[in-house]
Amino acid sequence: MPTVRWSQRLPNKGDRKMTTETKEPWGRHKKIERNVALLGVLAFGVVTIGGIVEIAPLFWIDNTIEKVEGMRPYTPLEQAGRDIYIREGCYVCHSQMIRPFRDEVERYGHYSLAAESMYDHPFQWGSKRTGPDLARVGLKYSDEWHVQHLKNPQSVVPESVMPQYAFLAEKDLKVGNPGARLTALYRVGVPYTATDIKMAEADLKSQADPMADNADLQKRYPKSQVRDFDGQPDRLTEMDALVAYLQVLGTMVDVNAPAAQEALKQERGR
Amino acid sequence: MANKRIDEPTGIETVGHEWDGIEELNNPLPRWWVWTTYMTIIFSIGYMIVYPALPMLKSGTEGLWGWSSRGQLAEEMKAGAALRKEASDAIAATPLEALIKDEKLMPLAIAGGAAAFKQNCVQCHGSGAAGSEGYPNLKDEDWLWGGTITDIHTTLEHGIRASDYPQTRTSLMPSFGKDGILTPAQVSDTTAYVLSLSGKHPNDAAAQRGAASFAANCVACHGADGKGLRQFGAPNLTDAVWLYGGTPDKVSASIHKAHAGVMPGWSKKLDAVTIKMLAAYVYSLGGGEESAAAPTTPASGTGNAKP
Repeated sequence: MPTVRWSQRLPNKGDRKMTTETKEPWGRHKKIERNVALLGVLAFGVVTIGGIVEIAPLFWIDNTIEKVEGMRPYTPLEQAGRDIYIREGCYVCHSQMIRPFRDEVERYGHYSLAAESMYDHPFQWGSKRTGPDLARVGLKYSDEWHVQHLKNPQSVVPESVMPQYAFLAEKDLKVGNPGARLTALYRVGVPYTATDIKMAEADLKSQADPMADNADLQKRYPKSQVRDFDGQPDRLTEMDALVAYLQVLGTMVDVNAPAAQEALKQERGR
Repeated sequence: MANKRIDEPTGIETVGHEWDGIEELNNPLPRWWVWTTYMTIIFSIGYMIVYPALPMLKSGTEGLWGWSSRGQLAEEMKAGAALRKEASDAIAATPLEALIKDEKLMPLAIAGGAAAFKQNCVQCHGSGAAGSEGYPNLKDEDWLWGGTITDIHTTLEHGIRASDYPQTRTSLMPSFGKDGILTPAQVSDTTAYVLSLSGKHPNDAAAQRGAASFAANCVACHGADGKGLRQFGAPNLTDAVWLYGGTPDKVSASIHKAHAGVMPGWSKKLDAVTIKMLAAYVYSLGGGEESAAAPTTPASGTGNAKP
């Protein structure tokens, strides 16, 4: 047995001389080992310290979320689309996080910035890509393409394994209380104004109605896209909401603008 | 503790536990293991000094080496560009017409174009470039706006009916039924005539009546013989290739409400070399035409009938 041979070589080494009389250095440790409750309390303490050291600094150090121009909260219609995105489990196959690797940047565009998901509750970074990343899919394709693709993905991408979502175009969009939805988000830190919350119901309907007067909506939500998204101008469907959400992804911050690039250069240590 | 004793056969002290007569020898950890542990601790200290690690009051430490994931990405992108530089420069310096004859550069351009095609074009034209209803097949010899490499390059740069490109290719077929230019009966007759051009409908009385509407409304773009005119992107109606479907229903729907499909322009999104490589790739797919032979109307459409 190797153990025996190993130990036979060291029978009289200095550190072997410990006898029953020497002070037991692990005596208190034995107490912990034999007391499950005490072990639990102390283990919790150790994990807590580790957690605080790793997590707490993120609340005060400056470069957790770099400041970038252009971020705004989602419009009620985009938010409704986001809720459908979550309801249908799109995040199971699609990520929204372009990592700073060459292969991802060449395929999907500029890497994602933390600020770009600062109003996402919960964020949709995802953890697996069966389908492509969607962080910058906004305005990459036409609305018509999105509608056709959601109705029958294989009609435009024959090798796709994505399920069909044709029913979205048939279901009228029903959001119980858009104002309350925005209020809930306001409470977790999304800066909706009182006007935004009061106008939520009207905003929800008018964003997909090109005939409506949307000047105020576009003033409160800069760069918001106002048009009929699903090709059925007389109806407000779940398809409208989902396409509106997809078309805004990654379009709020102009990451390739010189000012943004200059700001990113100042960021160190990440 | 109390039960510690020297194990007689080995001469080694036990740890003092005893479970049902089983005891454990208090052997030291193997030295290589202990030293490896010490070395990882020393390594981690060095790692914390040279790489970003510790959170401070305002920001994290940056590390002596100034590494950042973004800096690494920038370097990788630079290295990638350097790898491609020779080929890119050569392609940029070669005119399109010379490029397709260049045996060394053309395969490189096709490979680069194929990669860019996968990123930007497959969503509409399909991964095999065979298109689908509403999105043209790029592998056949039926071209709406021309199939020479120069034509393809122009289409790529400026798009088709791309509103943000002033030089975009544009034309607008009227919605004959929807806008009341033709009565429903006339639309149906014209459908019969259009289908008779490719032999899909007998040349009967309805088709004869449709011929008159066709002559009055359609020949300006589609030509007197229905073979289309490329300066308007007007498709050849005498062949078996139908962008929006060739059944009576679909042809009738196209006459009732025109489609006016849109292709985005790419010169604002992709660099010049990538567009050139894309043109070379699409040209190489099978339908590329020689420039000298570029006709304003396509050659006979009988040869390229497809199921």
